[in-house]
Amino acid sequence: MKLNEMTVVGLRKLLDKREISVKEALDDVYARIDSVEDRVRAFITITRDEAYKSADRAQEALDSGMGSLLTGIPVAVKDNMCTKGILTTCGSKILHNFVPPYESTVTSKLKAQDYVIVGKANMDEFAMGSSTENSSSHTTRNPWDIDCVPGGSSGGSAAAVAAGECIAALGSDTGGSIRQPAALCGIVGLKPTYGRVSRYGLVAFASSLDQIGPLTKDVTDSAAMLNVIAGHDPLDSTSAPIATPDFMASLGTEIKGLRIGIPKEYFIEGIDGDVSRAVNDAIRKLESLGAEAIEVSLPHTEYATATYYILATSEASSNLARYDGVKYGLRETGKDLLDMYMDTRAKGFGPEVKRRIMLGSYALSSGYYDAYYKKAQQVRTLIKNDFDEAFKAVDVIVTPTSPTPAFRVGEKAADPLQMYLSDIFTISVNLAGVPAISIPCGFSSGNLPVGLQIIGRHFEEEAILKTAYAYEQSTEWHLRRAAL
Amino acid sequence: MKNSADAILKKYEVVIGLEVHAQLLTDTKIFCRCSTKFGSEPNTQTCQVCTGMPGVLPVANKKAIEYAIRTGLAMNCSIAPYSRFARKNYFYPDLPKGYQISQYELPLCEHGFVEIITDNEVRRIGITRIHLEEDAGKNIHEGRGDHSFVDLNRTGVPLMEIVSEPDIRSPKEAAGYMKKLRAIVRYLGVCDGNMEEGSLRCDANVSVRLFGRKEFGTRTELKNINSFKFVEKALEYEVKRQISIIEDGGTIIQETRLWDSAAGVTQSMRSKEEAHDYRYFPDPDLAPIVVGKDLMDSIRAALPELPDEKRKRFMDRYGLPDLDAELLTSEKAIADWFEEAVRAGGQAKTVSNWMMGDLMRIMNEENKSIEDISLKPAQMAGMLALIENGTISGKIAKTVFEEMCRTGKDAAVIVKEKGLVQISDTGEIEKAVDEILAKSPGEIARFRAGDEKLIGFFVGQVMKATKGKANPKLLNELLMKKLK
Repeated sequence: MKLNEMTVVGLRKLLDKREISVKEALDDVYARIDSVEDRVRAFITITRDEAYKSADRAQEALDSGMGSLLTGIPVAVKDNMCTKGILTTCGSKILHNFVPPYESTVTSKLKAQDYVIVGKANMDEFAMGSSTENSSSHTTRNPWDIDCVPGGSSGGSAAAVAAGECIAALGSDTGGSIRQPAALCGIVGLKPTYGRVSRYGLVAFASSLDQIGPLTKDVTDSAAMLNVIAGHDPLDSTSAPIATPDFMASLGTEIKGLRIGIPKEYFIEGIDGDVSRAVNDAIRKLESLGAEAIEVSLPHTEYATATYYILATSEASSNLARYDGVKYGLRETGKDLLDMYMDTRAKGFGPEVKRRIMLGSYALSSGYYDAYYKKAQQVRTLIKNDFDEAFKAVDVIVTPTSPTPAFRVGEKAADPLQMYLSDIFTISVNLAGVPAISIPCGFSSGNLPVGLQIIGRHFEEEAILKTAYAYEQSTEWHLRRAAL
Repeated sequence: MKNSADAILKKYEVVIGLEVHAQLLTDTKIFCRCSTKFGSEPNTQTCQVCTGMPGVLPVANKKAIEYAIRTGLAMNCSIAPYSRFARKNYFYPDLPKGYQISQYELPLCEHGFVEIITDNEVRRIGITRIHLEEDAGKNIHEGRGDHSFVDLNRTGVPLMEIVSEPDIRSPKEAAGYMKKLRAIVRYLGVCDGNMEEGSLRCDANVSVRLFGRKEFGTRTELKNINSFKFVEKALEYEVKRQISIIEDGGTIIQETRLWDSAAGVTQSMRSKEEAHDYRYFPDPDLAPIVVGKDLMDSIRAALPELPDEKRKRFMDRYGLPDLDAELLTSEKAIADWFEEAVRAGGQAKTVSNWMMGDLMRIMNEENKSIEDISLKPAQMAGMLALIENGTISGKIAKTVFEEMCRTGKDAAVIVKEKGLVQISDTGEIEKAVDEILAKSPGEIARFRAGDEKLIGFFVGQVMKATKGKANPKLLNELLMKKLK
């Protein structure tokens, strides 16, 4: 097996035993990138020089017995996390030249362990999208079928992991942006509880929903990565001041008596038949492992998409106001200040970002605030209450991650509403702030991966990791690799 | 003409509400740890947070919150156990995020009041709310050609906005209210109260209505009142402007007007139709401000004696008249100075007289605060003791006092150096008296004929001959004896 195909934990063992060097692992990663990246196009920036420098530092650390979990591990970072001195575009023309003067908290934690940054992964502009087709740079392709999208917005991160262009990746999830691409690319994607991981240095899309998480080849790596990135950050007032457990310790195959909730509102018409079949098989598999499947209700599910698109766009309309051409990024010259603002933003933002800024500005404007923003906040509370209520009866909730497997490039690009439905099973989780993981649970008749979503209570990532691990250990979906 | 103009003015009731911005005396900014020091090179007191870099997050300065609570308690407000920061969205180059973090729906302090004395009447002015917000930067238009520059040193400096009810009924009262606010924030040590340097800023909402009318007249908002001396002047202008429009059959336009201090007029800046829609919404990056009972109790316990309490105590304990007490307690430093002088042995009313007269005159002339004056309170007490024991006369003391203020030397030293000891030797004074009387037979005759005012002439001549050092009491006695 080539080293680039390995997991974090697998590579860790080889590095620790000195069976391989960091450079050898990195050589395999870049050899793979050299052979497949022109087809996959997972990256906006490939940081080869920086990576080899980090590899040297990592090797020195290992040689002096100072290794940690991610020391020397090649990782891809979504291009919306600020990396000091490394171009961070957020998939947008408006930040086409932005080199952050500071490091995000999450990448600082990785750096402190001497990780190796492979590159900055492609994404939908400002994380708005479900296919990476909204990237100002290019569209990333699904390693399982080059004609299909990898999902989004963390499509570059997911494709890079699935294609073996890195060992693991970081993504961000506002309405499903880690889990949906993970599902479509046949890998594991975890969105932690809101507040579990610091957002400091993550370029904001919707502040009350955004959360950074890992995209990995298996559940063990997901727990391992979460161990590194989780924890309270004094620089992020919304990060929770609570202790971080050892998530790897929660991995065990024993789930006898585990109560898994099956929300009736999620098994609806319009789900792809292959997805439906794979998810139902997965539920039976969990039952066969001793879990008890219980039907639950999340009655406000039908309002989730509307609620999400009001709240997320409202926050985004304000978060994206700073891209005005004054301080950094793109600046168009106008005849006066107003002209400069308008030309810069007209040229710098793509159509989907503009659409959302307009939606959000509208929802917040005087006279409409109560009917839209305020109402949506109230519905958000109801959706959160739905989960609280359901979790009285069950330990985890299981749903499909996405209603369909990967769709073809261009298939939904012209129809935003159709595209928004890609996230129909993932957005409630962000609105409620609870953690959820997507794991591979089968393949469609077209040999495209299908994802299973497991949702847990606030700050109970251990329960979903445990469930996911037990399922993974009794199946082999996660071992399949895309034939590129 | 004058009388009829006054009569017209008297038909109208003036309604004023003030919005005061007070810059808080914290060492660091409200949402980052940059210094708040004034007057540094442009953009040297900035970081990624206050310059609005992508991905940064605000963290609230606890001290700023405590200062606002302290002010709220001093102004009899109720402190919200739960309040929120909100975003005020607008584009301007000095606003790097494209929104100002302020408070909107849930301010920190509400429903308070302050008392002021106008025309011997105690008036209670309601405080609607006190909330926290961040200051903006500064645009610099002078410089190179058609470019403007932005200095972000001030961006994020904490401000407290104190909004009054429309309870103020005259420009004079507005000035009194401003003075009271200034005294309170300075007593609390939360703001230096300097209007000229912009650390205390005042916007006014002004309207007029015929006496007896219930509904308010259309108001204008007055901005740029940047000095204490302009508060009354600007408002007087605006009130007269509004009344003359109404008297001429016109209507007041709701608009924002700028005070032009050079021209002494207010000028239209923007009308209501051009008013911004700020699209306020709760800032999702900041946790709600939760004020517990412990914090409230400790802030309350640490409140200093406030101007009103001090004024009452000065009247009770020192037997000072209202006017003296008001003036001496206008500044905590002045009040402290007074009390120290009294503790050092000065008689309260005498100390007060010297402070309100000569000391404040010298402070004014030399544009010095009481802290900058070389004279110390104990030295004043020392000088008063010299008058008391007859070493110097009250008249000589005036000269000594000026010298003390200039040099900081003790009165006894100055008296000795300049030979200012009072002549209390009867023989010496008698000699001088005899010499003068011998030269003034005509005046003696007139005095004896009943022109008793001439006593002043004799006193003056003797004082001149003794260089003012003759003991006035002894001199008077001798003159009366010899002239009878």
